[in-house]
Amino acid sequence: MSAKKVFWTTTAGLTVGGAAAAVRRARARRPDRAAMDRWLTVTVNRGPGDIQPDKLPAPLQEYGERIETRIRPAPGDRGTELAVRPRKPQPEGTHSAAARLKGDDPRQDLRRALREAKALLEAGEVLQPDTPPTTHDTPGGKLIGLLSRRASEEGVL
Amino acid sequence: MKALCWEGVNELSVEQVPDPELRNDQDVIVRLIAGTTCGSDLHLIGGYIPFMRAGDVIGHEFLGEVVEVGSAVRKHKVGDRVVVCSFVGCGRCWYCANDLWSLCDNTNTNPGIGEALFGAATGGIFGYSHAMGGLRGSHAEYVRVPFADYGAFKVPEGIDDTTALFVSDSVPTGWMGADLAGVKPGDVVAVWGCGAVGQMAARAAMLLGAERVISIDRLPERLEMTERHIGSEVIDYTATDVGAELRERTGGRGPDVCIEAVGMEAHSDSPVHLYDQVKQQLRLQTDRPTAVRQAVHACRKGGTVFVLGVFAGAVDKFPLGAVINKGLTLRGAQMHGQRYIPMLLDRVASGELSTSHLATHTLSLDEAPRAYDMFKEKTDGCVRAVIRPGG
Repeated sequence: MSAKKVFWTTTAGLTVGGAAAAVRRARARRPDRAAMDRWLTVTVNRGPGDIQPDKLPAPLQEYGERIETRIRPAPGDRGTELAVRPRKPQPEGTHSAAARLKGDDPRQDLRRALREAKALLEAGEVLQPDTPPTTHDTPGGKLIGLLSRRASEEGVL
Repeated sequence: MKALCWEGVNELSVEQVPDPELRNDQDVIVRLIAGTTCGSDLHLIGGYIPFMRAGDVIGHEFLGEVVEVGSAVRKHKVGDRVVVCSFVGCGRCWYCANDLWSLCDNTNTNPGIGEALFGAATGGIFGYSHAMGGLRGSHAEYVRVPFADYGAFKVPEGIDDTTALFVSDSVPTGWMGADLAGVKPGDVVAVWGCGAVGQMAARAAMLLGAERVISIDRLPERLEMTERHIGSEVIDYTATDVGAELRERTGGRGPDVCIEAVGMEAHSDSPVHLYDQVKQQLRLQTDRPTAVRQAVHACRKGGTVFVLGVFAGAVDKFPLGAVINKGLTLRGAQMHGQRYIPMLLDRVASGELSTSHLATHTLSLDEAPRAYDMFKEKTDGCVRAVIRPGG
């Protein structure tokens, strides 16, 4: 009974949040091509002079020539906008919901690398989750585990 | 080690879990001296924030002793007695640099969840679900504290453990509510909720110069405690019409500042409560905004309503018309503790702020599920249960 209640509660909550996100995504993804080409971007709390395209932190440096990079000052003294996107068009289907759920969309990994680069530039390290885990699997927990695995990736961008 | 784990909706148990490890160079490991129950934990326990996994360690308000230090930690050494801010801030992103610490960009390891739910991720918080970072909670023998130079504060000698404990969360949360609501000398301030956070918000309003502070609750022991220890006027909402009472006490204007310190499981004696309860149980709304609605209606024209209680998602029948037509300022925040904790430790040391009266019960970690039962049901006058892993 309790496991069912957990599952129901979790599912209901995730459904509301997930549906809202899906609607936002669906609206934002017309036309699909534009979404595939969109810059992934973060604002880094460092001066523009502190961020050099050839000296980006390792998670982005590893992409080498496979990505385009755009660096510009953020307005209002908010730091520097750092944007990246794949240089080559991505194969059809890699941006589908199923591919993203499986983690097969290459933009997801790039987004994670961008987040990590921002953390390294600002805080000097990427916060790691606690280990070893204390959790054990339940139906609702598996769903949250799946979301958590995807959650360091592209998010709403 | 032993830890208090969430095992399902309304199911807590003390389990053996692996000890935490240093995972980053800026981490410390803290041996818990004391932690406390918090009203916001009840939302997790009751399944209202559906991002918990069975086995998650809960707890976020705590005090302990540093026992292990990462290689990049500069401020702390083994043996320091520290109070730790419940939100984790990296200290160097734009939000931390601008004293908006709970909005830190770099401390939520699951930012995509917050981005889907709220449009942007919050910072991480100890033991507060995978949506809020997935960090282990503090009701355990040991806890890992990331970015410890920014979030752990050495407690001056002379401040006892129980007094210092509440500077981790309830005191800065309450202070922030009064501060960011813009309380100024001469104001009349009303505070909904006489739990620890509400009491601290009331005290903060006084110290910021409010001429009158009026606290609202239904539990006689909490009203009496607030009157006695905080010095606030009180209203028992089960005994009177709160709106009429506030108008009468404020020359018909209404309070200049209304602080809501109740959150998503608000109670009320009006039929609206039943409506909200049913909708929340059917998951047609995630939160019960009863006290927020009342605060919006009661506030004077052009006044400020600050939402300090924790809300997770969407609410129904929100009086937006009153906000617009009365020209209100509506603001909310999770707590930016690092902004306030050093100043608050000074105020506690000087006696301006007292907190130890909040600790109505002290239990061991083995008894933690019972502590939460008492706290949830508010039995035996429980305001806060302090959990001491060392007994």
